[in-house]
Amino acid sequence: MLEFWTDIGETLLSTLRDVAPIVVILVVFQVGVLRRRPPNIRGIATGSVMVLLGLALFLIGLEQALFPIGETMARQLTEKAAAGALLDAVRWQDYWVVYLFAAAIGFATTVAEPALIAVALKAREVSGGAVSAWGLRIAVAAGVAVGVSLGSFRIVTGTALPWYIVAAYAVVIVMTYFSRRTIIPLAYDSGGVTTSTVTVPVVAALGLGLAANVPGRSPLIDGFGLIAFASVFPIISVLGYAIVADRVERWGARKDRQEVEP
Amino acid sequence: MQHTREEQGLPRFALAMAKQTLGALRDLAPIFAVIVFFQIVVLQQPFPDMANVLVGLACVVLGLALFVQGLESGLFPLGEALAQGMARKGSATALLALAFCLGFGATVAEPALIAVAAEGAEVAAEAQFIGDSQAAQDRYALEVRLVVAVAVGIAIVLGVLRILMGWPIHRFIIAGYVLVMAMTLFAPDEIVGVAYDSGGVTTSTITVPLITALGVGLASTIRGRNPMLDGFGLIAFASLTPMIGVLGYGMVV
Repeated sequence: MLEFWTDIGETLLSTLRDVAPIVVILVVFQVGVLRRRPPNIRGIATGSVMVLLGLALFLIGLEQALFPIGETMARQLTEKAAAGALLDAVRWQDYWVVYLFAAAIGFATTVAEPALIAVALKAREVSGGAVSAWGLRIAVAAGVAVGVSLGSFRIVTGTALPWYIVAAYAVVIVMTYFSRRTIIPLAYDSGGVTTSTVTVPVVAALGLGLAANVPGRSPLIDGFGLIAFASVFPIISVLGYAIVADRVERWGARKDRQEVEP
Repeated sequence: MQHTREEQGLPRFALAMAKQTLGALRDLAPIFAVIVFFQIVVLQQPFPDMANVLVGLACVVLGLALFVQGLESGLFPLGEALAQGMARKGSATALLALAFCLGFGATVAEPALIAVAAEGAEVAAEAQFIGDSQAAQDRYALEVRLVVAVAVGIAIVLGVLRILMGWPIHRFIIAGYVLVMAMTLFAPDEIVGVAYDSGGVTTSTITVPLITALGVGLASTIRGRNPMLDGFGLIAFASLTPMIGVLGYGMVV
């Protein structure tokens, strides 16, 4: 139990150390440039303390419960798949359990990502409810699921990372021209927020486990890149979701009109 | 509005926390489901160390609930108050200086970035791209971190400038993508993976809400800007420029 409390203390300290530069910058600009107290400073202070405390608790819990399991599972699953596979030739089909796990864990960790929750809440507020916070998070998580799964496939097959990323960028660029203007900045943002506290450690463990266990892959060279996949595919899924939602809406409106006209 | 909420006192807070806890349970349910499914159905192994896991899960749920509750009353108002204050002050120089400092300061000490940079140094040493000594690796890792931090600083400056001028975001992002693709052709292979990953790890859980609130706050204070169209996008810049920075670093070194 004592160990648990020292853990909390340590995590709280390291969280404080991580945010210290930001706090200094904020105070310098508030005091030195604005020369004014922010409105409702008490509310902001208690809220910030809650954020810090909450994040420290969250990290403690992750370290205690989720990361060890996630990392062990990633290792065991890749070992199991590799053991079942032929030794001399790598066949990508033998690793289907890994792709399934990659998609499932990518989806699940993204739904729990606090940074994404923050952006989704803001998007709902700013759009006056037109963008649903839950819908956005599901769309982003689906994108991460596809991305991490495809990224695992890339590690297994040992194909070149740039080709996948360049192709994904090309898709993003084409989709941008078919999307409603108001969704574009949000979609681009959702690529960056997905890979944070919860997703990165688990996904990185998966990548390293795969690269270590698949014959002919090196963890140092092939272990990278999963995070890049997890950052690009949410943009595609959010743009896609918006395009489909718009089409359905327009189609519905046209149908309504046709029904009224005759 | 924040004020009235605070004056309502403890019962109101307890109610809000209960609601957030339920929300946190819902947010974390998929992870539990995935882990239980793969542990029991696929790996067919019992759960290791159940007591520890349960305590950890309780911490995760409570921590997430506190975090989300604190966002609405702490980080969001803080970012917005700062944005409004700076916009009213009317000094673009001060605003851009703040933007750079926030981007640089938030990134340089980011734990995920430190980890990726250290791994990247190992790859580079393995490939004889840099010297094999620990000192050479440390210097390389530090330089990658500084490059990324400066790149994020520049990203926030560009992003804020875009909000001020009302430029459409997709031109920047597409130009950035084209630049990344072109640089990939010329950068050494050892650095491409690190460069691509460095874009994703820069945006931390505290910075994202703060920077989002800053952007949305600016866009809603400046006349003629639409918060939905102009307020978002800072994070996107912050994920793109580190790739360009690290690829460029790889080409120079």
